[in-house]
Amino acid sequence: MGGFGRFVAKRSINMIIVLFATLVLTISLLGPTMDKILVEAINFNVVEQITIKELEFQTADDRQKYIDDQVALQTSTLGLDEPWYSPKRFTNTVLKVMVLDLGRSNYLTSDSGSSNVRDIILEKLPRTLLLFSSSTLIITMIGLYLGAFVANRSGSVWDRLNSSFAVFSGSFPIWWVGMLMIFAFAFTYHIFPPNSTPETSPSDPFYALDLLYHMSLPLITIVLVGFGAWAYMVRYFVVGVLSEDYIAAKRTIGVPEKRIVYSHALKNAAPPIVTVIALSLAASFGGAITVEAVFGWPGMGQLYYAAIGFLDIPIIIGLTYISTVIFIITVFITDITYAYLDPRVKVA
Amino acid sequence: MTTAAKVLSRRDVVKQFKRSKSGLAGIAILLGLLVMTIYSVAAIPLESYRNWNSPAYWVDLPKAAAPAWTNFGFGPKIPEHTVQHMKDATVSTITEGPLRAEVHSYTLDFNYDFYPSDFMLLYAVRYGDTQPILQVDVVRPDGQEFMIYFASLPTSQQESNEFSGRVFSTDRSIAENLRDYANLFSYKQDPSRPQVMIFSDAQENKILKGEYTIRETFYVFNDMDSVQDSGVILGGRVFGLMGTDEMRRDLAIGILWGAPVALFIGLTVALASVLIGLIYGVFAGYKGRRTDEGLMRINDVFYSLPALPLLVILSVTVGRSIFLITGFLVIFGWVGMAKVSRSLALQLKNMQYVEASKLMGQSDTKIIFKHIIPQLIPLTFASIAIAVPGAILGEAALSFLGLGDPSIPTWGQILHEANSAGAASTGLWWWIVPPGLMIAITGLSFALVGNALDAIVNPRSRRI
Repeated sequence: MGGFGRFVAKRSINMIIVLFATLVLTISLLGPTMDKILVEAINFNVVEQITIKELEFQTADDRQKYIDDQVALQTSTLGLDEPWYSPKRFTNTVLKVMVLDLGRSNYLTSDSGSSNVRDIILEKLPRTLLLFSSSTLIITMIGLYLGAFVANRSGSVWDRLNSSFAVFSGSFPIWWVGMLMIFAFAFTYHIFPPNSTPETSPSDPFYALDLLYHMSLPLITIVLVGFGAWAYMVRYFVVGVLSEDYIAAKRTIGVPEKRIVYSHALKNAAPPIVTVIALSLAASFGGAITVEAVFGWPGMGQLYYAAIGFLDIPIIIGLTYISTVIFIITVFITDITYAYLDPRVKVA
Repeated sequence: MTTAAKVLSRRDVVKQFKRSKSGLAGIAILLGLLVMTIYSVAAIPLESYRNWNSPAYWVDLPKAAAPAWTNFGFGPKIPEHTVQHMKDATVSTITEGPLRAEVHSYTLDFNYDFYPSDFMLLYAVRYGDTQPILQVDVVRPDGQEFMIYFASLPTSQQESNEFSGRVFSTDRSIAENLRDYANLFSYKQDPSRPQVMIFSDAQENKILKGEYTIRETFYVFNDMDSVQDSGVILGGRVFGLMGTDEMRRDLAIGILWGAPVALFIGLTVALASVLIGLIYGVFAGYKGRRTDEGLMRINDVFYSLPALPLLVILSVTVGRSIFLITGFLVIFGWVGMAKVSRSLALQLKNMQYVEASKLMGQSDTKIIFKHIIPQLIPLTFASIAIAVPGAILGEAALSFLGLGDPSIPTWGQILHEANSAGAASTGLWWWIVPPGLMIAITGLSFALVGNALDAIVNPRSRRI
């Protein structure tokens, strides 16, 4: 177990480094813009306060001086007089985000009206998970069956059809297919709604049904674009297993071909397939940005798109961080499970 | 274990590649794209590329017109939008002393089942104190001749100036002139709709199909004065090969210009990231030990960075020029190649000839570049081709989110505009289908070539 322990330790250190690097990169990229926006917001508040309190000034210069003083006072109390890259502020921001204290958003709020970034993200996270895990599940089922089916007929018409479909669908931008689907099934034939945000409120008893109905078009799109490549990958692993000696042995002792393919070969090809499932699910946030933007599915991707439009920096940082955390933890778990099951990995 | 690269000569690779149908199909598509690139660079005025986002440049075209070929069905024919300029006209000049008459006649084949939506008469004349006179006549297929416009051009302020303008079909003087011909019709015609009256049959209330001639006659009174340009625009609802978008832009031009841009981005990103990955990976694999360990940890970090979110952030904060975007894509593109080439270098460095040259005292750089990398060149080509679709899709996704280079027409950008203008809801399929199809086809061609090459040169995919 010594080797395994070292492997886990190495992976853990790696995980922390990646998280840290992502954060530092995001914050240094967004820092200057963040400072500008915060100071502008303070300035705006001060001017607003003057009109609310109906303060009178002798001259315009007096008024400007009052504004400048107030802004300077508020920026220094908030610690904004130091630039974002000053060690104190930088470490402060990094540490806060690392423990998921994501602060308050500038413009966007959650459906319930909260401007706490963590609340907003936690509200959207389940919807993205729902869409992408259900589509991954369907893709996996189709992919497993189809992949094993063509693996057994390696070189046949079905096999070639499947591989060309895999290459084809892999070249299509999923968001473009989404636009076509909306054009065809929402506007030409009015089967599905063009915008995937449900109209009923979450407290409505039929909310879940409405949500599923609105989810169907993005779900179909993701499955349509995704299953070809999956089947191709499953086929690749299964064909690899089928050429192993023990499969040949099973054939000679007369185990039925169907059983060999769907039970033995598929089972032995499972570890790499499971890894890919986990990784693709964890990395789905990147794809979620475009897909959710096209369909208007109210998840993390659309939130990110909206946050970019408003330059709502706390949300951008929070989302980037959380999606990296999810990705890295999944990679970590699959890596160590895989290493635990397959001793060859630790050496490589 | 030997690598395939060692066994295969260049001729073998070419020979095997020729046997791969999908690889050859990929090459064929690529050649088509290359022709598009050359055509767009050579034949389309560069102005259309620079002025892609300036509405004034596209003002002569119709808004959201379908492609002209949609007329070739069995249904009723929709009038095609045509723009004709002086170069399309037959010009003749009659001189009488100081008076000169320049006649520009345009022919219009009008065989459509709907009236045109409007028409415009263009002119650009250079003249001094005396204003020239513009007369416009229409000769109809039934032989009738309507004089629809007769007026002097606006007075010039300076000694000599060029005056360009346009007469719209809604011009009141056209309606007044047409009133004189109303009695030619056996039914009631409305002269205030000249686009209907001019193209109507005199006996029955229907369209008069056939060849129309529109004559623009300029009477100029000074030798120094000259007609620079004239033209006729017939307003229709279909236009060109690919139609137009909501901003009146000719989509065929946008699609054509997209090809060189996509090829540039795809190839540059793929080339740069594969080369960086190759050298990085080979260096790590050859050096081994601590160097390998350190370099691979950095590689892991890049592998785990969320690419699209960071690309979005980069283009918002750093910049959106096409060169910057190319650079950003390279940052996330080299990781995979580094992993593959490292594992191959691990095998190659134990080969006898590499150990021999090491014993002979050759430097590490020399061994890496002279003995190891040359073995990986076929694989490098395959990897470059395979990396192109990802780069093209990456740029397209950024552009689609509205974060691409705003000064250049790219396919992703056209789709972004289509999406924000709600092209799907208004049924403008010609604005959605072609750009996406081009992205897919371009990616597909490289994927086909890359996969075919990879099947030949990559030792791992060869087995199956």
